[in-house]
Amino acid sequence: MVRAALPGRLSWQAATVSAVREETPSARTLILDIPDWSGHLPGQHLDLRLTAEDGYSAQRSYSIASDWPGDGPVEITIQRLDDGEVSPYLTDVVQAGDQIELRGPIGGWFVWRAAQPVPVLLVAGGSGIVPLMSMIRDRGRRRARQPFRLIYSVRTPQDACYADELRRRVRDDPGLDVHFVYTRKAPDGWPAPPKRIDVATLNSHGWPPDFAPDVFVCGPTAFVETAADILVALGHDPKKVRTERFGGK
Amino acid sequence: MTELDGNSLAGDLAEIFARDMTAARFTCGGCRHTGAVATLRVWTPAPGVVARCPRCGDVLLRLVHTGGSVLLTLGTTRLEVPR
Repeated sequence: MVRAALPGRLSWQAATVSAVREETPSARTLILDIPDWSGHLPGQHLDLRLTAEDGYSAQRSYSIASDWPGDGPVEITIQRLDDGEVSPYLTDVVQAGDQIELRGPIGGWFVWRAAQPVPVLLVAGGSGIVPLMSMIRDRGRRRARQPFRLIYSVRTPQDACYADELRRRVRDDPGLDVHFVYTRKAPDGWPAPPKRIDVATLNSHGWPPDFAPDVFVCGPTAFVETAADILVALGHDPKKVRTERFGGK
Repeated sequence: MTELDGNSLAGDLAEIFARDMTAARFTCGGCRHTGAVATLRVWTPAPGVVARCPRCGDVLLRLVHTGGSVLLTLGTTRLEVPR
């Protein structure tokens, strides 16, 4: 039975990959032309569906990395999981000109809304940076006045997505701060040995709880649990700490 | 088994309810804990999804895709929604 798409109804549609951009040795951005895109909020994601010739299909959710100025392409950044069923295809095989089936935008809780006049703390583990980058880009485009702090945990300096853009944004925008945490290998001259995110990191580089910031934590499940537990222990209101778990390691 | 959270239910629930449900509030029938659907603990090997209360672990929601429909179980009520 074929049903016409109802307005507001989430339905699958074909998008075209207009370009790809390598972000790190294991992460890649797909730039998508989506004919009927209603726009999205920073933090939302979309579902991709890949169907093999034998009819087998696999579906995955990917956070949107771009903000939405009202038109133009939509970007998603995909981290290759070596044992993944879908991500290696998206990071290694897909090329500009290919078509991809997707639906979205999806989600509404893990979303930053510029009308909320409080400081924001973003805590990213690995590919958890993606929806947080959409928030940073949205804030930049609007020239919003809420101060943003990003704490971004990566294994090595080469694993940081959007590193040049983040540097440029920090340089040009006194309202944005970025602090990197390196868990396996720090850059030469880095003042501390590699370590995982801990109480000291979130205490020194986050906002004090009495500023009542909005907090967004995204990354692998174990990372998110650790960071959220620390934030609540430091005195942040659990209701203000929004989390999104990507599973995996 | 992958452990995710209720954000991952957004697409499947929007397909049924035609709006975002991750910001909807649940109340756990077991421990009365309330929170956003996004904060449920979700375990998924597709095609089935199990979402549990983050406080007591009771199962609040199950979602299974079959050939032509989605089976959504909320507490003791099961809805079979044609796709």
